[in-house]
Amino acid sequence: MHRASPRPVPSRTPLYDVHQALGARFTDFAGWSMPLRYTSETAEHHAVRASAGLFDLSHMGQISVTGPEAGRALDYALVGSFASLAVGSARYTMLCHGNGGVLDDLVVYRLEPRLFLVVANAANAAVVLSELRDRFDGFGAYADLADDRALIAVQGPAADRILACPQASALRYYQAAAVRWADRPVVIARTGYTGEDGFELFCRGEDAAELWSALIRAGEPHGLRPAGLACRDTLRLEAGMPLHGNELHVGVSPYEANLGRVVDLANKGDFVGRRALAALAAEPPQSTLVGLTSAGRRAARAGHPILDPADGHTIGRITSGAPSPTLGHPIALGYVLSAYAETGRGVAVSIRGTDEPFVVTAPRFYRRKDIR
Amino acid sequence: MSVPTHLHYSSEHEWVDGLSGVAKVGITDFAAEALGDIVFVQLPEEGTTLAAGDTCGEVESTKSVSELYAPAAGTVVAVNEAVVADPGLLNSDPFGAGWLYAVRIAQPPALMTAAAYEGYIGGAPVSEYAL
Repeated sequence: MHRASPRPVPSRTPLYDVHQALGARFTDFAGWSMPLRYTSETAEHHAVRASAGLFDLSHMGQISVTGPEAGRALDYALVGSFASLAVGSARYTMLCHGNGGVLDDLVVYRLEPRLFLVVANAANAAVVLSELRDRFDGFGAYADLADDRALIAVQGPAADRILACPQASALRYYQAAAVRWADRPVVIARTGYTGEDGFELFCRGEDAAELWSALIRAGEPHGLRPAGLACRDTLRLEAGMPLHGNELHVGVSPYEANLGRVVDLANKGDFVGRRALAALAAEPPQSTLVGLTSAGRRAARAGHPILDPADGHTIGRITSGAPSPTLGHPIALGYVLSAYAETGRGVAVSIRGTDEPFVVTAPRFYRRKDIR
Repeated sequence: MSVPTHLHYSSEHEWVDGLSGVAKVGITDFAAEALGDIVFVQLPEEGTTLAAGDTCGEVESTKSVSELYAPAAGTVVAVNEAVVADPGLLNSDPFGAGWLYAVRIAQPPALMTAAAYEGYIGGAPVSEYAL
């Protein structure tokens, strides 16, 4: 074992200069200098709900998995099934520890019979790569981090019209295709992290600035605007999508996170964590991830204790929270003891010393109307 | 980043427009910019007596929240209802229409001049998440 060397200077994506020219306010995120917002995060949030937003997600880890046994190797390494995944389809999945804890949540795209793209959270890219390589031992499969790539997302109801690309329009949710867009080779996927229709464009780093400009030009008549990580966080929270580091970490199982559906115990053989996950699946989880809403003004934030309002005992903890720009009231995600997880239950959240009433809800606060 | 020269500044990024009598209190452009779009303001009630450094309210954006610390000891004599109704005033006009409350100052506070505050924020940028 060697220790990772400290990285005092954050990495920059191929679009860093573009963001700077746009006047972005930057934040250090998972070792990357990323645009937090360009003008107003609320305006960017509303733009994604009403028309479209353009995101630089090049900090995400892009790991290619190749080889004749790539599908089988992923079946062993991850909790989902990939040998059976159709070419051109994607699957949301997890890399779990042998004890069933979540090391990272991932989206895996099958681009060719022997080529998968694994997209990992920026902070976990190195861990995911190293775990995949260890777990691929004995399989005809090889994992490699593609560090010369970029990722641009167009998210919002106008995304399809902005791309104006028949091959993209033909994609269903969680499908992907290799196409040429603005005369550049890209993989376009109908995936996202905002709760809206939208696309993610995987491209060469050297093409990123040109593609960004072409997307801005194509999107201008539709109300597209550059969007930063601040609104990405409120958008995903409204959509009830978990964030690694907040809702997901090695201390929770997929079952506690309401994501037991991604663990495929029925259709494949042994995989890392299988034994522990099968045992966890057999009994109700001790804690459950729930949504919480408030009719008040003060937002619950990550780390705030959740209390039983009758006796003041701590029954859980907030993992993410914010005033919802779309709904106009505070929303939050958090883990509570499963006995308190039923919808409609009243709880209290201790916000800087004052208990505020919240109500347990399903973790999805916002659902778009035109859902396919 | 504007720092009006006629105001006095605290290390908690609040401003006061006088050192005696009745003075208005607000947060700086630097603080508002670091918080992002402000959506909620909680202010001390009229008549509240504050000691310098007391926690007396909070300012919340979609991304972050910051407590308000009294930059001067005294009694709250007015609160800005307009900023409670429209917290966006803190982003659009933090030194004007976005004032928070007025205090009758009990003891002259020790605060920074505009030049000193400019040096302070130049040397110590606040984080987005822990203002």
